[in-house]
Amino acid sequence: MELLFERSREGRGQTILPQCDVPEYEFDSALLREKAPRLPEISEIDLGRHYTELAGETHGVNNGFYPLGSCTMKYNPRINEELSALNGFTGLHPLQPQCTAQGALQVIYETQKMICEITGMDDMTMQPAAGAHGEYTGLLLIRNYHKERGELQKRTKIIVPDSAHGTNPASAVMAGFKVVSVPSNEFGGVDLEALKAAVGDDTAGLMLTNPNTLGLFDPNILEITKIIHDAGGLCYYDGANLNAVMGHARPGDMGFDCVHVNLHKTFSTPHGGGGPGAGPVGCKAFLKDYLPSPQVKKDENGYSLFVPEKTMGKVRDFYGNFLVVVRAYAYILTLGKEGIPEASANAVLNANYMMNKLKGSYTIAYDTQCMHEFVMDIGPLKSETGISAMDVAKRLLDCGIHPPTMYFPLIVHEALMIEPTETESKETLDKACEFFLNIYKEAKENPEVLHSAPNNCTIGRPDDVLAARNPVLKYSFE
Amino acid sequence: MGSYIPNTGDERLQMLESIGLENIDQLYDIVPEEVRLKELNLESGLSELEVSKKVKAAANKNKVFDSIFRGAGSYNHYIPSIVKTITSKEEFVTAYTPYQAEISQGILQSIFEYQTQICELTGMDVSNASVYDGATAAAESVLMNVDGRRKLSVVVSETVNPDVLTVVKTYCESRNVPVTVVPKKDNATDIDALKEAIQKDTACVYVQSPNYYGIIEDMDSIVAVSHEKGTKVAMGVNPISMGLLKTPAEYGVDIACGEGQPLGIPMGFGGPYLGFMAATKDMMRKLPGRIVGQTTDADGKRCYVLTLQAREQHIRREKASSNICSNEALCAMTASVYLAAMGAKGLMTVAKNSASHAHYLAGKLSEIEGFCLVNHKPFFNEFLMTCPVDACKLNKKLAENGILGGLPVDSGILWCATEMNSKEDIDNLVSLVKEFVKEAE
Repeated sequence: MELLFERSREGRGQTILPQCDVPEYEFDSALLREKAPRLPEISEIDLGRHYTELAGETHGVNNGFYPLGSCTMKYNPRINEELSALNGFTGLHPLQPQCTAQGALQVIYETQKMICEITGMDDMTMQPAAGAHGEYTGLLLIRNYHKERGELQKRTKIIVPDSAHGTNPASAVMAGFKVVSVPSNEFGGVDLEALKAAVGDDTAGLMLTNPNTLGLFDPNILEITKIIHDAGGLCYYDGANLNAVMGHARPGDMGFDCVHVNLHKTFSTPHGGGGPGAGPVGCKAFLKDYLPSPQVKKDENGYSLFVPEKTMGKVRDFYGNFLVVVRAYAYILTLGKEGIPEASANAVLNANYMMNKLKGSYTIAYDTQCMHEFVMDIGPLKSETGISAMDVAKRLLDCGIHPPTMYFPLIVHEALMIEPTETESKETLDKACEFFLNIYKEAKENPEVLHSAPNNCTIGRPDDVLAARNPVLKYSFE
Repeated sequence: MGSYIPNTGDERLQMLESIGLENIDQLYDIVPEEVRLKELNLESGLSELEVSKKVKAAANKNKVFDSIFRGAGSYNHYIPSIVKTITSKEEFVTAYTPYQAEISQGILQSIFEYQTQICELTGMDVSNASVYDGATAAAESVLMNVDGRRKLSVVVSETVNPDVLTVVKTYCESRNVPVTVVPKKDNATDIDALKEAIQKDTACVYVQSPNYYGIIEDMDSIVAVSHEKGTKVAMGVNPISMGLLKTPAEYGVDIACGEGQPLGIPMGFGGPYLGFMAATKDMMRKLPGRIVGQTTDADGKRCYVLTLQAREQHIRREKASSNICSNEALCAMTASVYLAAMGAKGLMTVAKNSASHAHYLAGKLSEIEGFCLVNHKPFFNEFLMTCPVDACKLNKKLAENGILGGLPVDSGILWCATEMNSKEDIDNLVSLVKEFVKEAE
């Protein structure tokens, strides 16, 4: 496909702005750039077609099944898009007087209240722009808590299970902590003995996803959080998998002190090809004074902004990805008290239904009733046929299905992590299972077709090694 | 109540049966009784029509100003119609991070094009695929130079946007990286103080130009002083100014970053925005976040992939250069479409018209007694001016006329103009200000 720059023709362009209606200001030539940037000169129709072509080369949720584990690729309701595009939201300057932005502050305030109820937290910030950003913010709450108690010097360690998302340890380091990894037990949960051995005076806290990245709810959760609390640490809930338990169990009731949620996973806001998302952070009351500034409050005069007493500062400009919050607000209003638990239950039902259909052939990493996702271990198939998780994933591309998350969690070496979500119908799941089972058959009978997959995409497997060894990160204009 | 679940009650029962369960509650049997929730304390769900009415009512409570003379980190620029059309294509909106290159060439190529455009704008060698916003871009820019051995602290000019400074401080504090703030002199970076502030262990100096007060900083001196002392320089820029003004690369800085919102992204009450980051080639492997590279497939066909992933959290875990995962891909695409729609000439027009309107506004306001430019230094499209009357009361009067006045800052007002503020709007604003001053006398 041609690049924008290759479509450019000298002298073409679009008429968007009027002539300047005031005397043109001339800067001192020492302040001016020497050469104009080489931006494309392109007509409106060619620009439109360029992106129509690119859209044709993009698989979104609306193009087909997208069971990408841990990413909750559920349907993104259109009404949410329409409402977030209202001029009454998009046209607001973030620094306009608060009395002129009451509706926006109301959306932030009410969304926070509702997600606090869903997570069992007392207060919340909307500032973090993504899940990992939320993790960092949550850890800063923990950091500031220990700091105020004069214990930060000794409480330097964050405990992270070996099944955790890579962002967990990376966030812990950004927040100034050292990472202690604890192994999983034979059921895929946290090994309690290993956890007890890992905690101590130096424990700042624990980061945990529950259900974890294997899609398993840890039944020892109360004991886990107690072990951390008894050691003087705090418990952080990674909300990446909240879609499994909304309305059925709350992190706050499991003993967690703070939590981030991904609006772009659990609350149906679109993923945008890799953002913008939003990663609000909730906390128990004893941590609220450390939240980022500003926070929204409500009193008899309406909504207003204030600086929390012992604020950690700011993790982003202004109030976070506000237009993403508007979408989540509409979503929660739509589902309400009955629809929220129903969404989670059906996410879990869909995952178990699929797992059950596949488990006669494929090996399930932990063969027990799962939550919203499950992990298949392609290891046995690989030793028998040489077909890897990568091969299975690439063959799925030929079937119009976005492959599951590959090679994660790290504790299952040939992992395929499948999360169907609640918005997929039974026939979509049936069809996908048919494809999976057919691929299993191919692996045994005709492995060549898997090694060469994909065969129906516009490109074959790209050379990742070449890309990294000889980085070409922009167009050369030559 | 609303629902997006396609399966009917009967279908759900069939599915439950196939897995050997009788009711949906059994799916949660593993959850200990003590943490099972009985009921959420929320309102019942609503139909689409009801939700639409409720959310529109909230939007209608907000005041959208007809005429905006405020910037300070968020700018009111014209967004060409084609930008919104393209970026609302559902394939782009509903896809995720392009992990599977074979069915994600659209997103990958658009990021590659974005990276190219950011390099063209700033003159730098390499760009990443975006970070959250201008403030986190500044924080990541300074922190990527801290090596934990010899380069341990950072220096930031007091003239940067105060919110950006707060974010940089928050990010640095948690990593135990000391931040020295260089005081301002006449609302520009004090070069002598900067010289003094840079120590042997200073990893990076961060300045913004045009700075918070709109002033174009003496970048030549800042870069010379910093490099002389063995310190890298990160420069925050308004991307619109790059249509006209000297680039970070021409000044010789090591990292250019900034808030990409002016490039076709609505003000949106503060977000989502776009943090852009570009650097010299030798810093390529220190950049945080996603980067797209060109490669070939088995048949030698040109294609694009996420690359240099050895820097990233999903590979390196605690040794990653940053924890960033989701970034602002759709905002980066928005900026890319905007830049393509405008072209170099269009971008130069936005820059020129913004600067010309700002200078015209400054000239007209200066004719009113008590309104004086605080500094006589070159500025782009924002400037700080004294205000002889109560700035809040003045803004209230302007608001009654549909105008968002400048931001009250340091006992003056920080005014901003863009291509959106026509001569007529400016003349109208100035006559209202005159009227108010007269009434106040």
